Amino acid sequence: MSVAPEPCSGVFFDSQPACPVSRPAGLPCEAFFLQAMTTNPTRKHSPLLTRWTALLSLAAAFVTWELVSRYGGLPAFILPAPEQVASRFWRALADGSLLTHTAVTLAEILLGLLAGTVAAMALGYAVAKSRLFERLVAPYLVASQAIPIVAIAPLLVIWFGPGMFSKVLICALIVFFPVLVNTVVGVRAVPRALHDLMRSLRATRGQIIRRLEVPAALPVLLGGLRIGATLSVIGAVVGELVGADKGLGFLVNSARGQYDTALVFVAVFTLIALALALYGAVAWLEKKLLSWQESHA
Amino acid sequence: MTAPLLTVRDLSVTFPDSNGGLEALDSASFTIYSQEFVCLLGPSGSGKSTLLRILAGLLQPTAGEFVFAGGQPKIGMVFQQATLMPWQTVLGNIMLPLELDGVREEERRARAQELVELVGLQGFEEAWPRDLSGGMAQRVAIARALIHDPDILLLDEPFGSLDALTRERMWTELSRIWQARQKTVLMVTHSIGEALFLADRVLVLSQRPGRIKLDLKVDLPRPRRDDIRYTAHFGRLARKLKEAIE
Repeated sequence: MSVAPEPCSGVFFDSQPACPVSRPAGLPCEAFFLQAMTTNPTRKHSPLLTRWTALLSLAAAFVTWELVSRYGGLPAFILPAPEQVASRFWRALADGSLLTHTAVTLAEILLGLLAGTVAAMALGYAVAKSRLFERLVAPYLVASQAIPIVAIAPLLVIWFGPGMFSKVLICALIVFFPVLVNTVVGVRAVPRALHDLMRSLRATRGQIIRRLEVPAALPVLLGGLRIGATLSVIGAVVGELVGADKGLGFLVNSARGQYDTALVFVAVFTLIALALALYGAVAWLEKKLLSWQESHA
Repeated sequence: MTAPLLTVRDLSVTFPDSNGGLEALDSASFTIYSQEFVCLLGPSGSGKSTLLRILAGLLQPTAGEFVFAGGQPKIGMVFQQATLMPWQTVLGNIMLPLELDGVREEERRARAQELVELVGLQGFEEAWPRDLSGGMAQRVAIARALIHDPDILLLDEPFGSLDALTRERMWTELSRIWQARQKTVLMVTHSIGEALFLADRVLVLSQRPGRIKLDLKVDLPRPRRDDIRYTAHFGRLARKLKEAIE
């Protein structure tokens, strides 16, 4: 089901353009764009075919890498061969250093994600519920988005030291905005008729939040979390690159200093795996919690 | 006649707007008795839904008062749209009022199952709202409005969004459910046929600002079947209502 293009109701900006494309009825414009950006619209191929093409493309990239490293005449510190990276991986795994660094980065990501999400949801709920509160905080929220987090990361490391805390903070800050926007959009989109129903049944404030607003906002909220999960990996690595003594970002930095490019590759691949796992975890959560929606194939 | 359940006195509502306020309802007064089926009939914009929303506690009147015998009433409300929670199954939706009242899980299920049978939705207990037709969704909404044994059912054009055939089938169903459950019903409608087929009494609201123009007793025998709509007496009552509306 789709509706004719409707003008977007801006969350923080009144001058947003109208939706140029039709979107499902009841889905706010912002949420629609976020979903369009984060989901694959071409779902018509059979899953088997999609899986094979993905594998094929991976294999092609791998073969290219192998060929370039073998015949390209590049030194190993520029482009190590796949087998060199593999053996470096096993070495780093065997001496426990890879696990230690991964654990630190993962902890920073998860703590940052948790803190950022909780804070964003609480503030987002307040913004969604009170126009006055929105007017009070919106300028700060928009301004905070104008500052690239990468630029203030050094400041945060200076203030809060090279330990885990500064990274958790960077993760939380980077996760904060997308989750906040989606919370606002999700809570505002709860149909008025359902609010009326709850009120006619004399539901308490807590019951309305638990039984109506949370489940109704959940699809949009999880969309924000999906973006936030990927962003938090970036946040942790940026923080570690700026200044740290542990973590995968630190590993990249120190390996680069020693011209151990194979180890840089190992760290980067581990980060990719981490980001994919997080994304997969949120996608799994969506599938689990939103089984009431149209098929999530 | 049984005891009065609801007494409404001089209820008025004015919505604030730029030029002095929009008067939606003008000192409406009436009484509804226990186990009565009353229809509020009126043209669009006559304030019938506003009146219902006030009685449901969703809106504050500007003036006047209404009193339910026995204090704060339990309300079962059905809206024009089914307003089901899409993340709950049919059974989950029906159980909502009991959940809010903190009733135990087994009792909730038992009572919901009973209502599923009353509204004829057997086999659809675990279906999602998105898979239901308009008529089925409205049955779920009716079951949900009944489950906590409300003092009064407030129906706001519950069949307005259904097609003509389904709507007429739902009249018979609602009539049957009302007799089985012995509830007091106040239903808003703009269909004369619907009001006469269902109600014991029809209150006609005038054009905005709405005031009660006619209080008509519907002395058609019960149970009413479809063919009652083609009798001469039905026609006479319909004409009276029609004249009152215009």
